[in-house]
Amino acid sequence: MLGLNKPDTRLLLIVIALVAAAPILLNPFPEGSGLAQFNAGYPDLMQRFVIFGIFAIGFNILFGLTGYLSFGHAAFLGAGSYAGMWMMKLLSINVIPAIIFSTVIAGVISLLIGFISLRRSGIYFSILTLAFAQMAFSLAASVLTPITGGETGLQTNLNDPRIFPEFLGGGASIDGNIPKPSLFGIEMTASYQLPLAGWEFTFNWGYYICGIVMILAFYMAIRIFRSPFGLMLKAVKSNQQRMNYTGLNAKPYMLACFVISGMYAGLAGGLMAAMDPQVGAERMQWTASGEVVLMTILGGVGTLIGPVLGAGLIKYFENIFSKINDNLLHQWFAFLPDGIEDFLVTIIHPFIGKGWHLTLGLMFMAVIIFLPGGLVEGGKRIGRLVRKSKDTAPDGKTNPAE
Amino acid sequence: MSKSNLTRRGVLKTGAVAGAGLAVPTYLSAGSHAGFTNAPGDSSVTLGFNVPQTGAYADEGADELRAYELAVEHLNGGGDGGMLSTFSSKALDGTGILGRKVEYVTGDTQTKPDAARASARSMIEKDGAVMITGGSSSGVAVAVQALCQEAGIIFMAGLTHSNDTTGKDKKANGFRHFFNSYMSGAALAPILASNYGKDRKAYHLTADYNWGYTTEEAVRTSTEAMGWETVAAVKTPLAQTDFSSYVAPVLNSGADVLVLNHYGANMVNSLTSAVQFGLRAAEANGKNFEIIVPLYSRLMARGAGKNVAGIFGSTNWHWSLENVAGSKYAGTNAFVQSFGQKYGFPPSQAAHTCYCQTLLYADAVQRAGSFNPCAVSEALEGFQFDGLGNGPTHYRAEDHQCFKDVLVVKGKENPDNDFDLLEIVDVTPAEQVSYDASIFGGELGSCNPGA
Repeated sequence: MLGLNKPDTRLLLIVIALVAAAPILLNPFPEGSGLAQFNAGYPDLMQRFVIFGIFAIGFNILFGLTGYLSFGHAAFLGAGSYAGMWMMKLLSINVIPAIIFSTVIAGVISLLIGFISLRRSGIYFSILTLAFAQMAFSLAASVLTPITGGETGLQTNLNDPRIFPEFLGGGASIDGNIPKPSLFGIEMTASYQLPLAGWEFTFNWGYYICGIVMILAFYMAIRIFRSPFGLMLKAVKSNQQRMNYTGLNAKPYMLACFVISGMYAGLAGGLMAAMDPQVGAERMQWTASGEVVLMTILGGVGTLIGPVLGAGLIKYFENIFSKINDNLLHQWFAFLPDGIEDFLVTIIHPFIGKGWHLTLGLMFMAVIIFLPGGLVEGGKRIGRLVRKSKDTAPDGKTNPAE
Repeated sequence: MSKSNLTRRGVLKTGAVAGAGLAVPTYLSAGSHAGFTNAPGDSSVTLGFNVPQTGAYADEGADELRAYELAVEHLNGGGDGGMLSTFSSKALDGTGILGRKVEYVTGDTQTKPDAARASARSMIEKDGAVMITGGSSSGVAVAVQALCQEAGIIFMAGLTHSNDTTGKDKKANGFRHFFNSYMSGAALAPILASNYGKDRKAYHLTADYNWGYTTEEAVRTSTEAMGWETVAAVKTPLAQTDFSSYVAPVLNSGADVLVLNHYGANMVNSLTSAVQFGLRAAEANGKNFEIIVPLYSRLMARGAGKNVAGIFGSTNWHWSLENVAGSKYAGTNAFVQSFGQKYGFPPSQAAHTCYCQTLLYADAVQRAGSFNPCAVSEALEGFQFDGLGNGPTHYRAEDHQCFKDVLVVKGKENPDNDFDLLEIVDVTPAEQVSYDASIFGGELGSCNPGA
């Protein structure tokens, strides 16, 4: 289907199903129950899941295929966000110009940075991209303040021009308020709530729009992975020298790959601005670049679905664990005797709230040590275990991994 | 494949119809029962406390959270009631807000606008918070305020001192109790003139972000108006920790006053650096060299230790205010006492402003008889109150900024203990720090109830 082989089609269908059903899947605990704290099915977090999924998919096209580790991808994300914001300030509150323009701008900037950085490989390439990203961050935070809003960041305002006609999302204000980002009148924050026997599911327009974009991005990534172009990139990873000796010039392939990857980041940035019209310079900081590296490694480098899973996991920790406080812990352990309750709360305290980084760090270490292939490898191992227990007569042969 | 006829008109038409159709259910849902976002149920109401728990302002954030917890306790009728007994409005009776028990959720802003907004959005979308408060940085406050405006939630700003919060970036759903850079400048200038004379030359080191800019501008304008001269103004990155390269050129610049437009860890480091370079003991232009810190807090004074001795600055509130300046500032002692009883030390100005904001919100809801942001906003606009530790205070309707007396403080030469580091030099009356609401530009817009 759509030029995909059978396993890839299956994977794509699974991703589509997951994206479509996420509002239900991510809200497994009934409203009001003690575990409702762990529900992730609210619009903001779901949007983040898919947006960072796109970011990580794009990063994985570069890192997973060619092995070039870029530490500067946050610069493209940030540039995309700023570009998107300006479109929503100048042209129209409609998200389409914002998304398109953010992708284009990120493409142009990545062409520039890639052209210079790709003169080196390995650690030197990483350092070069890191340097560019830090430059971009510093520029955005201070020198370029008229364009980026500096430390305060960029927001939509009541006195923005928004020159498009009204039915295309133009106009400065609606009833004295700043219009919300929308798609032909559908506001990104608009949701349909479905209460269902104790559960409450929120179906958010913004999320589904991001979801559709992510599915398209995912499909594109599959096509790139399976194309001759993708094969060429894999050749770069396995032995670039040999490739050069056979008379092939790897540089154009690398540059194209870098720009595609940068455009994915820009797309993610544009969507971020469209879902939540505020851009701050810290979106470009090197920690943000590091985050996407973590996501990709955590999920599984070079796998198709891995980066999306990694992105989801990190965002889940950031948003859910950081919000657990001692008060909640005391509620959960209230059934225990006081001494044990206080003891447990003291033990768990460093790992929740502001300590969520610690929990994430421990988990990251565990994954790297026990599952070097990331979550995808974990999934595969479980799958193999299940299959082994099902097979009555194992033939002793191992199937080669794809 | 069938050939489809795509025309511009056709696409627009279909798009508009489909859009309208898709938009219909959204008006039927989303808290439709009450006409505003996150209308609370009959038994409880949830408030969102969004403070920095990590990053440069984590100390302030921790103290703010303590104050919020105390405020919730008092609103629910627990503890000794704190400032509820001194507050001039008696609408609150210790049974929660409008008979609903107050519950709260907390989040970490990380002192980053993006993270702060993510945290606030999860409070609104997941936990059903009807009001968001907090923030220990103007960048964060401005970002979260805009979010609350968009979502139809009331935002009660915590510690944010930039003019922009209720100036250029003011929003109809946002309210600020804390003072701002302009007031700092206006309150400090006369004190500086009487202590250091009218012919000084100032050198500014300014944190490179919007709070730094507005503070530098405020201090410059007000000191230049009384005859001072500004030799140079140098911006320093927010993340800077070593200020020696910025402090080194100061002595030879011809300046005789150094103004540190820094806050939190920045101020602690730059001041320490300046003292190490011997600026306090130096003489320039035949006068003693002086250092000024426009925005002071007790937490910063503790960080900088002995270096703060004799240095002037301004502050929104100080725990010794009622003892020093009299019963005009009633509420101070009541708050310090109940805070001290619960936590064992006096509250900071960040804690004070957050406590006040929570009470002010609860009171406004009670008086308005509704949680609807527009009703609450109406109840807060132009509200005159007293007994919250700052004396008579006015919540101005035009920009949602509180006007009250401003304290000018000085680092104590010989502090008795770790908390008694600042000494109140003067209390500048509110009239002297007031300004026209239009001078910073920006538009308030109209209140947004969401849904």
